[in-house]
Amino acid sequence: MKRPALPIDPARRRLIGGLAWLGAQAALMPLPFGAAALAAAQPPLALKTVAEGVLAFEGVVELETPRNEGAVANLGVVVGDDAVAVIDSGGSVVQAKALIAAIAKATAKPVRYLVNTHMHPDHIFGNAAFRDIGATIVGHRNLPRALAARGPYYLQSYREQLGPALMTGVEIVPPSVLVEDTMQLDLGGRKLELKAWPAAHTDNDLTVHDPESGTLFAGDLVFVKHLPIVDGSLLGWMRQMDQLAAIPASRVLPGHGPVPSLWPEALAGERRYFEALAADLRKAIAAGTPMAEAAKTAGQSEAGNWELFDAYNGRNATTAYAELEWE
Amino acid sequence: MQTSFMCTRRALLRASALGVTLAAIGIQPAQAQQTMESSDHIWQDLKGVVFGDRTIREADGVVAIEAPGRAQDAALVPVNITVDPARTPQGITALTLIIDVNPSPVAATFKIGKDAGITHIATRLRVNDYSYLRVIAETPDGGLHMAKTFVKASGGCSAPAVKNMDEALKTMGQMKLRQFAASPANGGEPELQLMIRHPNNSGLQRDPLTQYFIPAHFIQTLDISQGGRQLLSMEGGISISEDPNFRFDYKVKGTGEIKAQATDTKGKVFNGAWPLEATGM
Repeated sequence: MKRPALPIDPARRRLIGGLAWLGAQAALMPLPFGAAALAAAQPPLALKTVAEGVLAFEGVVELETPRNEGAVANLGVVVGDDAVAVIDSGGSVVQAKALIAAIAKATAKPVRYLVNTHMHPDHIFGNAAFRDIGATIVGHRNLPRALAARGPYYLQSYREQLGPALMTGVEIVPPSVLVEDTMQLDLGGRKLELKAWPAAHTDNDLTVHDPESGTLFAGDLVFVKHLPIVDGSLLGWMRQMDQLAAIPASRVLPGHGPVPSLWPEALAGERRYFEALAADLRKAIAAGTPMAEAAKTAGQSEAGNWELFDAYNGRNATTAYAELEWE
Repeated sequence: MQTSFMCTRRALLRASALGVTLAAIGIQPAQAQQTMESSDHIWQDLKGVVFGDRTIREADGVVAIEAPGRAQDAALVPVNITVDPARTPQGITALTLIIDVNPSPVAATFKIGKDAGITHIATRLRVNDYSYLRVIAETPDGGLHMAKTFVKASGGCSAPAVKNMDEALKTMGQMKLRQFAASPANGGEPELQLMIRHPNNSGLQRDPLTQYFIPAHFIQTLDISQGGRQLLSMEGGISISEDPNFRFDYKVKGTGEIKAQATDTKGKVFNGAWPLEATGM
């Protein structure tokens, strides 16, 4: 049998040049294959064109269930002159392969990078599919530690939640390139700006800014319509709102919610919610109201403004209560 | 290989039941979601390891346990234990808190000081799956009395892990004490809330670079006294949430200060002392 020619040879040399800054370790990594070769069998994911060279998958604003196949997070794709970067790998290998198939339909350029915006399963459970096509996985300096602490638990609890079929092939694959503070990813004629943030949504939040198109890939630092989830630090998140808002983009891909949303207007909802939640909790803590009681009432004035409010507000109140008690 | 860490669950239970340092944590095999039946089944196994063949009376009203039916955050499940003084006029000497399905099921053992007057203790737990939470109270005559409540803690992206590790390590050992005046709401006695900053790390994770398990690092013992009189002591493990937090009522004696001493598994000792506030006596 004749092996199909991989359409990457011309790109290979450029790739090696592009990867040189990663150091010797990077040179040992497998080279990116054309996505088409490996994902041809998967029906492609429906992608929206957000801007020139920017594609996105819009997740449903729902809890992860077998019916929605865990495809709840927004995912981004940026195409440069030489290569492609993908922002978040989705909630299963099934979804990741469908994303790879959709990218292959849109461009013949190889997926050089997968950027993980943070540790949650709906954003990283497709990592193995990107590793298998040779993409370099990039994440926050704290991401490997966070995945080490949660990985086995996530694999078990999501097997219960999504069912074994969707969990087929899902592995916890940590990033091999870590962002300490900021980093640029060169896709050829297009440089993405990555920033690692202090603890907010999680303690491993990373944003990707594409100045070329004015698009910010905010991961779960930005929720629109879908109630924000606090799994890091409410105070940290509130403290960095202004710095987030100062990112000079004109549109944002929130981690959850409409794609795209206006920037920085997209921050208004979560800013208001955090302030209401924190104010209620501070009152409860000062009055000596126990955690379980406070979690029933704090933030309730925001109930009408969000989807999935009842699913997550009690959790946010519980988490933030424990943090605010130390103020 | 990390064979030394692959100790059996039984050995682990024995170690925690006897208060031996948990230097190593066994890994529970992946399994389907737990139910009331499977949780009870685990308890049947556990009971003998922790309490031998002693008789445990269930639901006789001596002790009660309260927790949300569905945990909001698997890393922070508030639990409230109450003792009914009418059913045990001599008080109790110890409370053992158990989470059937956790890798380290004995969350804590509290020893209650004589005349401390403690009738409730609230704390926060990590709960790894659907599970019964149990409390077993020991009366001065050696009797054991149990209460249980079922908690659904699973699903979504909440995990029983440390949220903000940089902050946890930076602030480790800080203590805070809140004193609440006696009021009808808390049974007519004043309350204390002791908080300790500590990651209370499980040791269940591997270092991503070396692939070795990170040793567990948690608050192992805690002693709280007032005016030199023992109120409450605890032997705890990794099932107590990060930043261990204990709130309980007590009877004030004299005007002596409140002191707390905690030790962790790395041998660090944390001390705190606070003057007694006017608590509405």
